[in-house]
Amino acid sequence: MKRNRRLNRLLHLLLIPFCLIWIYPFLWMIFSSLKTNTEYISSGLRLLPQQLQWDNYTRAWGVGQFSTYFQNSVVITVGAVIIVTLLSILTGYALGRVNFPGKKALLFLFAAVLFIPKGYTIIPVFQIIKQLGLLNTIEGVILVEASGVHIIFILMFMTFYRTLPVELTEAAEIDGAGFLRTFLQIMLPLSKPIIATTAIMQFIFTWNSFFVPLVFTLNKPELRTLAVGMYSFVGEYSIDYTGMAAAAVIALLPIIIVFVAFQKYFIEGVSGSVKL
Amino acid sequence: MNRRNKSLYSWAYLFMLPQLLMLAVFTIYPIVMSYVYSFYDWSGIGPLQQFIGWDNFYSVMTDRYFWNAYRNNLIYIGFTVLITLPAALLAALLLNLAYFKGKVVYRTLLFLPVVTTTAIVGVVLKSMFGTDNAIVNLVLQQFNLIKEPIGWLSGPYTSMLVLIGAGIWKVFGMIMIYWLAGLQSLPKEIYEAARIDGAGWWAALRYITIPLLLPVSAVILLLTVMNGIHVFDLVTTLTGGGPFFATDMVDLYIYRYAFGTGGFPQQGYASAAGIIFGMSIFVISLVLGAIVQLAMRRQRSIAIGKE
Repeated sequence: MKRNRRLNRLLHLLLIPFCLIWIYPFLWMIFSSLKTNTEYISSGLRLLPQQLQWDNYTRAWGVGQFSTYFQNSVVITVGAVIIVTLLSILTGYALGRVNFPGKKALLFLFAAVLFIPKGYTIIPVFQIIKQLGLLNTIEGVILVEASGVHIIFILMFMTFYRTLPVELTEAAEIDGAGFLRTFLQIMLPLSKPIIATTAIMQFIFTWNSFFVPLVFTLNKPELRTLAVGMYSFVGEYSIDYTGMAAAAVIALLPIIIVFVAFQKYFIEGVSGSVKL
Repeated sequence: MNRRNKSLYSWAYLFMLPQLLMLAVFTIYPIVMSYVYSFYDWSGIGPLQQFIGWDNFYSVMTDRYFWNAYRNNLIYIGFTVLITLPAALLAALLLNLAYFKGKVVYRTLLFLPVVTTTAIVGVVLKSMFGTDNAIVNLVLQQFNLIKEPIGWLSGPYTSMLVLIGAGIWKVFGMIMIYWLAGLQSLPKEIYEAARIDGAGWWAALRYITIPLLLPVSAVILLLTVMNGIHVFDLVTTLTGGGPFFATDMVDLYIYRYAFGTGGFPQQGYASAAGIIFGMSIFVISLVLGAIVQLAMRRQRSIAIGKE
């Protein structure tokens, strides 16, 4: 036991400096966002600002239009999370509880879609969105972000609903509840943990998305998300380093908070993709 | 078929309808059309008219810049996989030690880069790896590791180096969690038995953990390679594919033709490039899968079987 305690201390001695370097980019970003631009250039290795410059945040939020970008990111993320979670629940429930004809074929189709070489599908998707008249609209971006089959989520719901005992539905049926009422009143509430995992994983995917919003807002700067806005901000205000750092903090803080608060669910979801 | 089953089935189909619609419109149709487009000389605007057979494929296959991007992609994937897999396994082994306190904190910190927006991180790293008065050079100069500031992102090799480093940093936590999931799924009784037989930590690792992890490691290898293919966000924001295409990747190459800023998109050509790249990834993963299967079969005959 004494040996273990010594090993413990040795590990901390190694890992603490390593982790500090590991997250240094984030620390550097936060502290830079509180300096003046002159201080940023001249302060050398000194991390702490002489005086906290909240002005960088007002500039990024206002002149840099990050208030708009933030709003777009929130709307798109919430929209995509709701659609994806809903579709995955419904599909997972049908697959998990009902042995309908064609179930095997459908599961095979899902797997096939995952593995076959796809080519550059964003071009046809772009054309569909154009034909639907949704190009350069926020609804279009949400739809594309939520599109596709989210196999991992569907499988998570499927395995969960399958393992629930048959007696649950039978008892409900004796009480006169139909398929829909059984699902809504009994099964759905039971699957809260899976819903949480799905919602949080999709939240992180969509919030971090760059390629889709970039392509679908090319001609519409006011629809940019935080990630796309950041990319264009650097192009336009290349010398405003501290404004950029403040904008980065604005973009990353929500995702870091969500992750730290709900990491249990996220880690479970990630581990699940290996086990399946 | 009785009436109860019939209504059950209709409910099931009704429940799946939205997802199936989504699948048909936004997955299957685009896959089919990406093949169709690749046989046309088509800018993406107006009707598909000029059928040109295999011309697009021929042009892509003979384009020096395509192969440059392709080679860069392979270099990037190769290095990230070779470094990340063993390093992340080591981290996972440490974080799996029963007596080690504070695991969750370390896990959170190591995982943080994974959840943060790649495009934002790319921009931040770009300014950290600047030339004059940029933090990385300042630190290296402070410790006398370099005399003159290095132009990290203006040299072809150094920019690739930064890119690979950033890629590893970004994906490391994810791979570590994969390994941890694999480690935690191993049966505890075997370790108990090995301990009674007098096997130390190293022997247990060498003769139990690693052989038993092999099947999972195949999956992890594949996931890591797939991850290395989609580098658009990181490369676009960190190096932009430069200097002079030294870090150009297939993702960026296709994007330029599909939505190029020049104002003259060539979406037929971009589709063909996408298909060639997709096909070669498909072949690579098949080959990887076969190699892993072979290795597993050999290992199984040597080591103690799981079953």
